[in-house]
Amino acid sequence: MKETAIRAEGISKSYQIARALKRQPYRTLQEEVIALPRTLWKRARGRTEKLETFWALNDVTFDVSEGEVVGIVGRNGAGKSTLLKILSRITEPTYGRAEIYGRVGALLEVGTGFHPELTGRENIYLSGAILGMRRSEIARRFEEIVSFAEVEQFIDTPTKRYSSGMYTRLAFAVAAHLEPEILLIDEVLAVGDSAFQKKCLGKMEDVAGQGRTVFFVSHNTQAVRQLCTRCILLEHGRVVADGATDATLAVYNQRLREMRIDAETGTNNPENRRGSGAIRFTGVSVEDIDGEERYGFKMGETVRFRLSYQLNEPMRGVTIWIALRSGISREIVTSARHVVTTNSLPAGATGTVVIDFPDIYIRPGEYPLYLHISEAVPTKTNYDVLDDLTPPLVIAPGGPRMHQNFDPAQPLGVFSLPSVMTIEEPIQQDNHTATVNA
Amino acid sequence: MAAGLEPLRIESTNLTVSATAAASAGQATTTRRPTVIIQPSRGWSALNLRELWKYRDLLMILAARDVKLRYKQTALGVTWVVMQPLIAAAIFTVMFGRFAKLPSEGHPYILYVFAAVAVWNYFAAVLQRAGNSLITDSRLITKVYFPRLAIPLASTFSALIDLAVSLCVLGVLMAFYSASPSWRILTLPLWIGLAAITATGVSLWLSALNVRYRDFVHAMPFLLQVWMLASPVAYGTAIVPARWRLVYGLNPAVAFIEGTRWAVLGSSAVTASMVVIAVTLSIVIFIGGAFFFRRVERGFADTV
Repeated sequence: MKETAIRAEGISKSYQIARALKRQPYRTLQEEVIALPRTLWKRARGRTEKLETFWALNDVTFDVSEGEVVGIVGRNGAGKSTLLKILSRITEPTYGRAEIYGRVGALLEVGTGFHPELTGRENIYLSGAILGMRRSEIARRFEEIVSFAEVEQFIDTPTKRYSSGMYTRLAFAVAAHLEPEILLIDEVLAVGDSAFQKKCLGKMEDVAGQGRTVFFVSHNTQAVRQLCTRCILLEHGRVVADGATDATLAVYNQRLREMRIDAETGTNNPENRRGSGAIRFTGVSVEDIDGEERYGFKMGETVRFRLSYQLNEPMRGVTIWIALRSGISREIVTSARHVVTTNSLPAGATGTVVIDFPDIYIRPGEYPLYLHISEAVPTKTNYDVLDDLTPPLVIAPGGPRMHQNFDPAQPLGVFSLPSVMTIEEPIQQDNHTATVNA
Repeated sequence: MAAGLEPLRIESTNLTVSATAAASAGQATTTRRPTVIIQPSRGWSALNLRELWKYRDLLMILAARDVKLRYKQTALGVTWVVMQPLIAAAIFTVMFGRFAKLPSEGHPYILYVFAAVAVWNYFAAVLQRAGNSLITDSRLITKVYFPRLAIPLASTFSALIDLAVSLCVLGVLMAFYSASPSWRILTLPLWIGLAAITATGVSLWLSALNVRYRDFVHAMPFLLQVWMLASPVAYGTAIVPARWRLVYGLNPAVAFIEGTRWAVLGSSAVTASMVVIAVTLSIVIFIGGAFFFRRVERGFADTV
């Protein structure tokens, strides 16, 4: 029987949001003093300020055994990060209880505590101490950290002179050598070049392989599939599914598909929806060649996007392009930039276009969408972007374009180009070895 | 036969293994304690000094960071630390010593004032740095867990470097005026300790309040200015009428400033009752501040 590493019982977290005033969580003393008579008056009359309670997490219960690698998935705002913040003790739950058995290392961002003015060496010590390492421990692992990060020559240079890749590598290297018994990771892997990501993944697999517990929060299902044996799906702060990764991700994708793409998704989320509102997508759907709405395709099939838009301000022309976000680093594959028109259009004009990818020749995986519409000559404001839109486009193995030597387990890359090999020079074997082998 | 035996043996080993596992699991429920229990806390909580001690390296590294950052990319570097109190002391000497002709108990006025300026500057530096520390380090607070007390406490230590430099300057000044210290100099660490405790206590209140009420940042320079005028920095307690001394002593800064003067120069108007009041007050502020900090720190990550 495996010992428990994390036991969470009924974890709930609520935030109070003032409905009327969208104000900062902190106030000035001056404000409070000025507001005091009014507050007292209201309280005396039994009327308090209307606060809306928002439950970021609601009765979350689970057990994680030692050595398990658990992925937490869910859409933005499902409560993934809040759960991680509670387990790493950054913030307290409102209700519930969690027990943690073992030393915890939490990685909520790469480079926590790094200061650009300090040298690489100084930052290693600083960041290590912040993550909970003793000075002697850091000193012991110092060489290892430096060589993992590949910054030997620059170790006494201020990190502000580092390239962003070097900075990221160094930051991750410190965290990777923390050697916790339980590792809590937010999507920190979403940085760095692909070679480094491979290294990070390798390191995480090492950690998991050594029988340590990993708790990995991500909305990148590909990374989760690659790393985790078990997966928990959160939705509106509740556990919706908990089980083997494939089963949970199937539920997740099913749910996403049921939700359908809603062009209003994330309207208030500046990370997912950008632009001034001068032009807006009003409808987005993904269809196959027969016009049936679906999100799962096989390699080489035709994917059709039907996009409707509306102008809220007059504009000169309209341009649309589509991209697919992919992989651990969320790099994007874009379509051509399609110019719909270059004529001037009045406010209120609407339109619909259909964009086909006649031969969706990318590797199997899940690809959240990135949709972009703008004035023909793009400006800083006159555009609309829907980023990281879910449900993702799912490309399954098989289909007309899957070639023979395709290996779906090979994790890297977006494209798989067909390649042909001919043997130009037959293998020359050393006769002696050949005899011995025979 | 052997083949028949093999699985049997394995099975029996398996049985024993699972039995021990069950036994140890049964034991675990009684002996295996969670490393951390996470649950909502209500009201006042313990200071948890043991955990703070576990993070002592972090405290020192944070303090070292403060010191390094202060002197990186500065043209004059440590000269600032030397010049700033010297210039202040020189101005006080001219204004209060020469023009106002305030008494300095027979010591060169600049020595009399510099001793006070050195320790006051330390006090003020701790308040200034610690007061805003939680806001400047807000990224740490929202991204990683460690005892939050370490952040303001780091200022208590980092400001000690500046104080050490000032004390060296004081030594040079004393040599210049050939003022030799007596055995009282040995009490100097105690006065500095009192200054550190008072400064830390006040800054725990200030830093915690600053997370919730951002106007404490603006109040800080004003507070420090008024506090300095109300403390015997530019003048000596000697000019305060005797019947007001006890009231004056309610300012905890009086004791460590006059104490420092006494330790360095050997004469002072400070009384034992004044010291007792100040020490009591400082300890109350310190302990109160620490508990207050612990009470409000659980909301830091959500409000900062």
